[in-house]
Amino acid sequence: MGERRKVALFVALAIGATGALLVVRGPAEAGQSGGQGDPSGTAGPGATATQSSTGSNRGAADGALVEGGRQLFLTSCVSCHGVDGFGGPDGPNIQTAGEAGADFMLRTGRMPMAAPSPQPPTKPPAYNDEQIRQLVAYVATLGNGPAIPEIDTSRGSVQKGSQLYLSNCAACHNSAAVGGAISYGRYAPSLQQTAAQQVGEAPRVGPGEMPTFDARAISPSELNDIATYVEYLRKPPNPGGANLGYTGPVAEGFVALLIGLGILVLVIRWITRESGAGSVKEAHGKVPVPAPHVKTARDAHPATTVGEAEANG
Amino acid sequence: MDERFGLALVGQSAIQKIFPNHWSFLLGELALYSFVVLVGTGIYLSLFFNANTGETTYAGSYQPLQGVRMSNAYASALDISFETKAGLLTRQVHHWAALIFIGAIVVHLARVFFTGAFRRPRELNWVVGITLFLLAIVNGFAGYSLLDDQLSGTGLRIGYSVLISIPVVGTWLASLIFGGEFPGTDIIPRLFVAHVLIVPLLIMVLIAIHLAILVKHKHAHFPGAGATDNNVVGERLWPTYTFKAAGLFFLVFAVEVALGGFAQVNPIWLYGPFAPQNVSSASQPDWYMGWLEGALRLMPPWETRIAGFTIPNPFWAGVVPPGVLFGLLYAWPWIEARFTKDHAEHHVLDRPRDRPVRTALGVGVLTMASVLGFAGSDDVLAVAFNLSINGLVWTFRVLLFVGPLITGAIAYKVCLELQRRDGPLVDPVLVAQASSNGEGGGGSPGKVPPSPEPAEPVPADP
Repeated sequence: MGERRKVALFVALAIGATGALLVVRGPAEAGQSGGQGDPSGTAGPGATATQSSTGSNRGAADGALVEGGRQLFLTSCVSCHGVDGFGGPDGPNIQTAGEAGADFMLRTGRMPMAAPSPQPPTKPPAYNDEQIRQLVAYVATLGNGPAIPEIDTSRGSVQKGSQLYLSNCAACHNSAAVGGAISYGRYAPSLQQTAAQQVGEAPRVGPGEMPTFDARAISPSELNDIATYVEYLRKPPNPGGANLGYTGPVAEGFVALLIGLGILVLVIRWITRESGAGSVKEAHGKVPVPAPHVKTARDAHPATTVGEAEANG
Repeated sequence: MDERFGLALVGQSAIQKIFPNHWSFLLGELALYSFVVLVGTGIYLSLFFNANTGETTYAGSYQPLQGVRMSNAYASALDISFETKAGLLTRQVHHWAALIFIGAIVVHLARVFFTGAFRRPRELNWVVGITLFLLAIVNGFAGYSLLDDQLSGTGLRIGYSVLISIPVVGTWLASLIFGGEFPGTDIIPRLFVAHVLIVPLLIMVLIAIHLAILVKHKHAHFPGAGATDNNVVGERLWPTYTFKAAGLFFLVFAVEVALGGFAQVNPIWLYGPFAPQNVSSASQPDWYMGWLEGALRLMPPWETRIAGFTIPNPFWAGVVPPGVLFGLLYAWPWIEARFTKDHAEHHVLDRPRDRPVRTALGVGVLTMASVLGFAGSDDVLAVAFNLSINGLVWTFRVLLFVGPLITGAIAYKVCLELQRRDGPLVDPVLVAQASSNGEGGGGSPGKVPPSPEPAEPVPADP
């Protein structure tokens, strides 16, 4: 155990050192490649504009971010997604993933993937906030992808959100947002743990099997309403008791049959159990004692009842 | 009073009735008492439910649906859940009681089947019982389809699709029942009348007939001390059995109220109002319809043509299996008598192990129904166990046919093994008769020749 911990510590230190190195190197290189960074910066002007609402000293800061992101990309992403996100045998082209795509994948921990799988699972993010912003800025320069939508659930409407959610999302993610199955081992993930920002990004990105919903399909304010309702579903009031995992009639059936009916069967076994059958037998004395080798259900009937036989017509 | 009606005599014979004391004879009572709970809670709910499909704007206390347009039916179901005093509790008790009601019917049916309690003279009561089972399923489906939430509408849509798939009469039948194309505005008021009046009334009448025939035939009993085809061994209706029955009613009620209080069932507020274009993942029917859902999910997308006419695919999965199953159930007493050539009256029950072929068949059919039920939940299982839904579909397609053979064979072997462990083969009926012929005075039955059952191979002594 101790050995393993040491190794883990060493790996963590190594990663930390590499990260620190990259952060230190970032601004220096950004300075010298400022000229080159500019055209790529204008490749997605709309994209970057929506992201940084502060935007006063964007030029230099963005250049630094992009360069930092490029370095991270070359270290960790290029092996699958290729130079400039062109894609390769192991990973898709992500030139049009956009800010929203990169932010969604990195903040939900889906990227980088731990192992190839039909669908990257969520896990704690591999990068810190700074690194994610760098990678997002870099990916945004690769092509014309969706911008990060503005999500503020304090301004959203749960009423509109519930109707939009039930029409557009529940078919795969389930009406209680606990997720659902789609074909060949893929699944629409549960949204119960997903931050509102990423809930808002997913429709714009269309990750995996999910269709893309652009602003013509779902307007920015509608998107915010949906994120608001999904956030509501993370902690809905639960009238009526335990929610059984929101799995609907399947869980209800198991509870009704195994717990409800199960208890009642135990109850009827209890009220029909033989109370002191042995002593009754002794009291009556003249009871036909079954031959020891004949273990029929006869044993279930107490001797007392023999006297209460009713003739069958 | 007595001089006018002679009730004392009736009462006298009634309280003298004998009920054998075995737990499995109370399974039907679980269903009966659940039905009483259903009627009680149902009356309360019917006072508040509005079976009108006209539109209204929801103004109740459930926040996410405020201001949403919906049918009066769904709005009143929400009001029952959120505004009516004890409304949600009553609704949930009603729903849990329905799930348990049909569960109790199924295990009662299984008990009657496996012990041969359907044999002469009880064939007619078996038919009444199967009809009750059918009516219970119909009323359950009608009940949860009333609320006009997204899940119930999805179920109704499947029902409509299965109806129109019936060759020749399908489209007319569907139009007749739904009052036109799906969804229409007629179906919910009609389901309401069926659910609260017609079907419950039929169930009550049939329960009365079921019990009247039971009293007339007297209860069958297991082989045991003194039990023969000419008597009933057990406890008298009064006082022992009456108190047990009353106590059992309260225990059934208690379990169902506890479930209704502690476990959420059918949270319609999450499903939203029914809109034909919407659907949610994990849309399953209640458990007793799950096997039909499973059949629809497992059926390959084949198109069949007979004499130039297309037979719609849902017909094979949605109409044929329940038709075959209920046809076989209805006819079973006569089918079995035909094979065993046993047309005699029986009041002593079979032990399942002594009729290995019947037991194996029953286990096989239950396996088949269970496989279909699980197949109907395949998307939930895929998520819960991280499996591929396509893999599950193929697994269940194979299991549907292989599973019953395996479990049936196991059941058959287990029966024979249990017989073997009983020692020398003994026909319990003969044992019982032997012991009662010995005047119940201590004559221990000797070894009795093996059961002469024609259809079933009985192994030799170990």
